[in-house]
Amino acid sequence: MSTVSLPASSSAPRRRRRRRRHVPWGVYALLAIFSVLFLFPIYYLVVGSFETPADTLNGLRAAAPSHLTFANYHSLSQQFFSSTITGSLQGFYTVSTLVSLIVVVGGMIVNSLAGYALARMKFRGRKTLLLLIIVLVIIPFQAIAVPLYYMLSGLRNTVVVQALPFIGSAFSVYLFYTFFLNLPPQLEEAARIDGAGPWRTFLQIILPNAKPAFASVAILSFIQIWSSYLWPLMMTSQPNVYPLSIAIGNLLKQQSTPNYGEMFAFGVLLVVPMAAFFLVFQRWFIRSVASLAVKG
Amino acid sequence: MSEIVLRDVSKIYDNGYHAIHNIDLEVKEGEFMVVVGPSGCGKSTLLRMVAGLETISDGEISIGGEVVNDLTPGERDLAMVFQNYALYPHMTVEKNIGYSLRLRKLPKEEIKRRVAEAAEILSLTEYLSQRPGRLSGGQRQRVAMGRAIVREPKAFLMDEPLSNLDAKLRVQMRSEILQIQRRVGVATLYVTHDQVEAMTMGDRVTVLRAGVLQQCDTAQALYDRPRNVFVASFVGSPSMNLLYAELGPDGTSLRVGSQNLEVPDTLFAQRPNLRAYLGRELVVGIRPEDLTMAGDGQTLVGRVGHIEALGSELIVHFGLDARNYVVEDKGGSAEEAEELLEETALTQHVRNVARVAPRSSVVTGDQVPFRVSMERAHFFDLASGNAIW
Repeated sequence: MSTVSLPASSSAPRRRRRRRRHVPWGVYALLAIFSVLFLFPIYYLVVGSFETPADTLNGLRAAAPSHLTFANYHSLSQQFFSSTITGSLQGFYTVSTLVSLIVVVGGMIVNSLAGYALARMKFRGRKTLLLLIIVLVIIPFQAIAVPLYYMLSGLRNTVVVQALPFIGSAFSVYLFYTFFLNLPPQLEEAARIDGAGPWRTFLQIILPNAKPAFASVAILSFIQIWSSYLWPLMMTSQPNVYPLSIAIGNLLKQQSTPNYGEMFAFGVLLVVPMAAFFLVFQRWFIRSVASLAVKG
Repeated sequence: MSEIVLRDVSKIYDNGYHAIHNIDLEVKEGEFMVVVGPSGCGKSTLLRMVAGLETISDGEISIGGEVVNDLTPGERDLAMVFQNYALYPHMTVEKNIGYSLRLRKLPKEEIKRRVAEAAEILSLTEYLSQRPGRLSGGQRQRVAMGRAIVREPKAFLMDEPLSNLDAKLRVQMRSEILQIQRRVGVATLYVTHDQVEAMTMGDRVTVLRAGVLQQCDTAQALYDRPRNVFVASFVGSPSMNLLYAELGPDGTSLRVGSQNLEVPDTLFAQRPNLRAYLGRELVVGIRPEDLTMAGDGQTLVGRVGHIEALGSELIVHFGLDARNYVVEDKGGSAEEAEELLEETALTQHVRNVARVAPRSSVVTGDQVPFRVSMERAHFFDLASGNAIW
């Protein structure tokens, strides 16, 4: 860091002001470029969804439209309004929400308990189990999709089957495991001495202090399940159990000439819940574990 | 009856490590017992075994006359203060203090009353609605104490509760903890590695080394009559000077390096067993305050290394041509050990310390005769390290 040389007479507050003004512009510029690169597709998606199909694909000019319209949303709702053949928007949302709810809530319960047991309890085979879980993290879902299909084919075209393989997640278990490992064990010991049993300790002492871990797992698993495509594609063939991601794919298939305006609008409908979910949980997601320190 | 009694208690870990060896210990009702020893000596393990956080491999622990070997920590009715306080970060001070009472399903009014009372004693009333994260170290320490006293437990267990505080606050909290303990009048087991803390706080002090109880007595008794060379060197600051020496065959002189000290007859009257060491090598221990510069009599001449002027006294480090006896595993905190190592490396043979009156005319590099009070010297067997009496 460079320092600014000042006349000896200058007062301390003034020096501080000067120093603060000396910002690393280069770094900021780089960050700005990356921000634009990352944000532009989202901006394009949102703006494009309010343009006529012709404008949507009008090159860079599409990014600065002169005329905005709700037509795409209107026609989407017309196409997917309470139809039993094509399915309805409400239906897709309901399925996606239900599946996500099962995965997120079920996952937080199952994976946090598993992570806690691995971090804190002493039992035979603990290390092997941990190693197995770490190995599972790196196995892609595609590799086990076909065996899973045969195992669960009896449950095809249900909401439950779309959620089932994703409730237990090796990655979430590992995330909880590392979090609990860093939580001071004295907290639990103090609770034990105060007379709390293992369940009460977990619910009243550990859980409230593990909000960042729970928020991280909730966000990551929600994003994964909300946008999952391969598994619902394999397991659903009826519009009443289609999640949003499948519906948007089907929209493309149904149109003889692709209506990109409508697809953009559908894309927005798909993304909005994810963004909302992230905004709700991000304050715990970002809050660092260090803020929980109990040391003096 | 709320005393803590340990009978023949041992701890052997699954990997075979023998952490605690057959310890017998009794903390009487209302007594403040300090367990002191170097890092890794097993003192915290011992405390955790009493708390029930660690199982015991052998022996029996009873609290208030009831054997608690198979009771869970919660059932033992103890309160424990941890080194890092272990306050629940998500609860307010009030909830932290009252948590154990809520678990015991006490009426709300009763909990409120007891928490308010504890807060009053600890001057925490205005912080009751705050969370621990917003409190200073000393305040957190008080909350931890509050959590302990509010339960009115059978015994207090404290695991180095002052080691996270700065020096000044530590001294202040020492007396606060003592006052609270006296007020509540509960048997207390207090673990520390700081021997000054041990000496100043404990009704009795237990010295532990490598899981073996060395001596348990009042601080003064430990200081005056250490049972072995380890206790002698561990207790007292600066610690006792320990030197290899040889008792003359006729018992009239003690040879320390190249110098001879006359041995008065009274010494053998005080320590009859010393006669068995005539003509043999042993370890002589001299406390720094038993080496003075004034007057005449028996002297040991040493070269002054460096001098610490403390105002009330001078700590004079000096070298002798005699070999120093080094106690392994004397320990202390890692920081202290490092300091000690640095110090010895710097001063080489300057390993002896005298505590002399301030404004004594002593200069680094001087050859100075230090007067020795032979009656107050300690003698230890070279092989066993046990004191000779």
